[in-house]
Amino acid sequence: MTDSILNSVFLLTSLGGVTGMVLFIVSKKFYVYEDPLIAEIEDVLPAANCAGCGSPGCKAFAEKLVATEDISGLFCPVGGNEVMKTVSEILGKEVVEQDPTVAVVRCQGGCDVRPKTTEYQGPKSCAISAMIYSGETDCQYGCLGDGDCVAVCKFDAMYMDEATGLPVVITDKCTSCGMCVDACPRDIIEMRPKHKRDLKIFVGCLNEDKGGIAKKACAVACIGCSKCFDVCPKEAITMVNNLAYIDPEYCTLCRKCVPVCPTESIIETNFPKKKVKKVEVDKGIEVKSVNLMNDA
Amino acid sequence: MLKTFPKGGIHPPENKLTSSNSIKRMPVPKVVYVPIAQHIGIPSEIVVDRKDKVELGQVIAKSGGFVSSNIHSPVAGTVTKLDMIVDSSGYKKQCIVIRTDVKNETNFEEIDYPLKKEITLEPQEIVRRISDYGIVGLGGATFPSHVKLNVKEDKKLDCLLVNGVECEPYLTADHRLMLEKAEEILVGIRILMKALHLHRAVIGIENNKRDAIEVFKKLTADEKEIQVAALRVKYPQGSEKQLVKAILKREVPKNGLPLDVGVVVHNVGTIFAIYQAIQHQQPLIERVVTVTGKQLKEPSNFWVKIGTPIKDLVEEVGGLPEGTRKIVNGGPMMGKAIKNTDVPVTKGTSGILVIHEDEASRGEPKACIRCGDCVDVCPMGLEPHLLMNLSEKGLYEKAAQEDILTCIECGSCSYVCPSHRPLLDYIRFGKSIAKKMVTSKN
Repeated sequence: MTDSILNSVFLLTSLGGVTGMVLFIVSKKFYVYEDPLIAEIEDVLPAANCAGCGSPGCKAFAEKLVATEDISGLFCPVGGNEVMKTVSEILGKEVVEQDPTVAVVRCQGGCDVRPKTTEYQGPKSCAISAMIYSGETDCQYGCLGDGDCVAVCKFDAMYMDEATGLPVVITDKCTSCGMCVDACPRDIIEMRPKHKRDLKIFVGCLNEDKGGIAKKACAVACIGCSKCFDVCPKEAITMVNNLAYIDPEYCTLCRKCVPVCPTESIIETNFPKKKVKKVEVDKGIEVKSVNLMNDA
Repeated sequence: MLKTFPKGGIHPPENKLTSSNSIKRMPVPKVVYVPIAQHIGIPSEIVVDRKDKVELGQVIAKSGGFVSSNIHSPVAGTVTKLDMIVDSSGYKKQCIVIRTDVKNETNFEEIDYPLKKEITLEPQEIVRRISDYGIVGLGGATFPSHVKLNVKEDKKLDCLLVNGVECEPYLTADHRLMLEKAEEILVGIRILMKALHLHRAVIGIENNKRDAIEVFKKLTADEKEIQVAALRVKYPQGSEKQLVKAILKREVPKNGLPLDVGVVVHNVGTIFAIYQAIQHQQPLIERVVTVTGKQLKEPSNFWVKIGTPIKDLVEEVGGLPEGTRKIVNGGPMMGKAIKNTDVPVTKGTSGILVIHEDEASRGEPKACIRCGDCVDVCPMGLEPHLLMNLSEKGLYEKAAQEDILTCIECGSCSYVCPSHRPLLDYIRFGKSIAKKMVTSKN
């Protein structure tokens, strides 16, 4: 009895010792030098491995940061300026401060305003349904509603609104890694600057059809009437292919374009409520808010 | 024992409702919508403008490159606008809209030329004319035909295969054409043989079209160079690679073309169009379309002008029956559901299939039970269940290693799957991404 116990103890100990020796020798013999800075930088990075920076993960980005001379073009969108500042301190290289951005969904064509004309019965994936046809509605530019952007978000910053069938960005959680932008086959999601208190104004439509056709397909489509273009004091709005686009670089958030839009396709978020529109209804007065978005 | 391809294949119900209905001529539509992207390759370039008067058969869009094709006006009339119209791809595409001139008699002349057997043109001239007259593969792939005829000198050809298989259920356009225009098709085959300097041609016809086989056997009884091969009925025998394997027992290399094993394959519809172009100077402005469906009042085969809206065709067969859920452009296996009936007929439209709601829905997808049926039926010897999973998980490189690019998208795997898994949807998607990855690497 004791013999067998002793035997096994001896066997395992010697086995452990021998393998330990082998591992030690191998690790010394085949030692690869790695810049300790890489590990240091990697510790600072957010470890989200989201690939928002363009590298395949945080480790790869750290290696790139250490190896590149001029890192002014590199930026970790998840960590933001804070992380990049720390990186700059560690490496002693200049970084360029960038305005924080946030994802916005440029489509408001929910079930209530954009009628379905066909039915799709395939895999629930925007990429596949976009390959097959232009979607269940008559708008071939709008959201397909199969949630590829939500599936790809690593930060739980998006969800599908059950009532409208459109994705919604939770601004506080969004790290602007850009995964949803790549996942969307319609390029609906855009990264826009996150101003103070997350104020944003953007055109919530990508429909390039002529006004009548666009309006028929979706009640809140941009019909290319150019009213916003005319009213903008900063020339921040461009009209291309019957579609208005507000350039965030020039937009001063004056909100002059919002009330002139006849189809309410310009979205403003997180602004204090303007004068409340009063709509006469048969009995009594109903109060209708001008604010359209609910992603605050 | 009849010939067929050895690997995989399925036997969907044939439902050839219109095989005994002769081809009728569709009335000339009031307005035609001619898309400029009707073929594989580069879209054509529009050469007419609004308010231009166009003649019947005039070039209205010029070929945009080598793998491209001319497009001719199917009617004489006036170009009313250049507009974006939803075509069979489901997206709005550039279309030339032409209003038919009802007073112009050329629109209403019967296109029924007497048989002309003599081939006077030289081979190069033949290829040039096929290119000029906008001939593309009418089997469904719409590959510009002149590209197949421009054979490089290092390739040695020895056989022309004529594809009269029509393995898609419901469709009878090629079948009827073979019965009604057999002699013309034989002249067409001679034309191609002359253009390619070939001395052997084989017409492949599936055994469910016995009458067509009889007709061709009778006509080619004294011919040494043209043979008829009766084939066992099996889908997808109309695919080039499967047809080459079935008739000649030659294996087309993966990612290769029939050209690599010395064969050129043309559809009977294409060959008839070539006959018309060479012998009667008629460009490709009309084709045979089968309009079918179990609930339709009178499913029929029609000669249809390119650009005719599908709703005109549906009206012609008695309107949409109640409970219609889906309209497919093409056959039930390879065809594609259309978004609305304003979609025009293009060079690739071989049939319009109207499906009732009882048959239109796909089953609810369930988990894969590893039965291996998809592997059994895959005519390319792939593993569809694996490819689907790889594509779903985004492992496109691995999928490319598993030969996702050789998939011919016949849909046999989705057809047999007892769990109703959307195999082809995912494979097609993975294939498109893998293709991009491979081309960007090279």
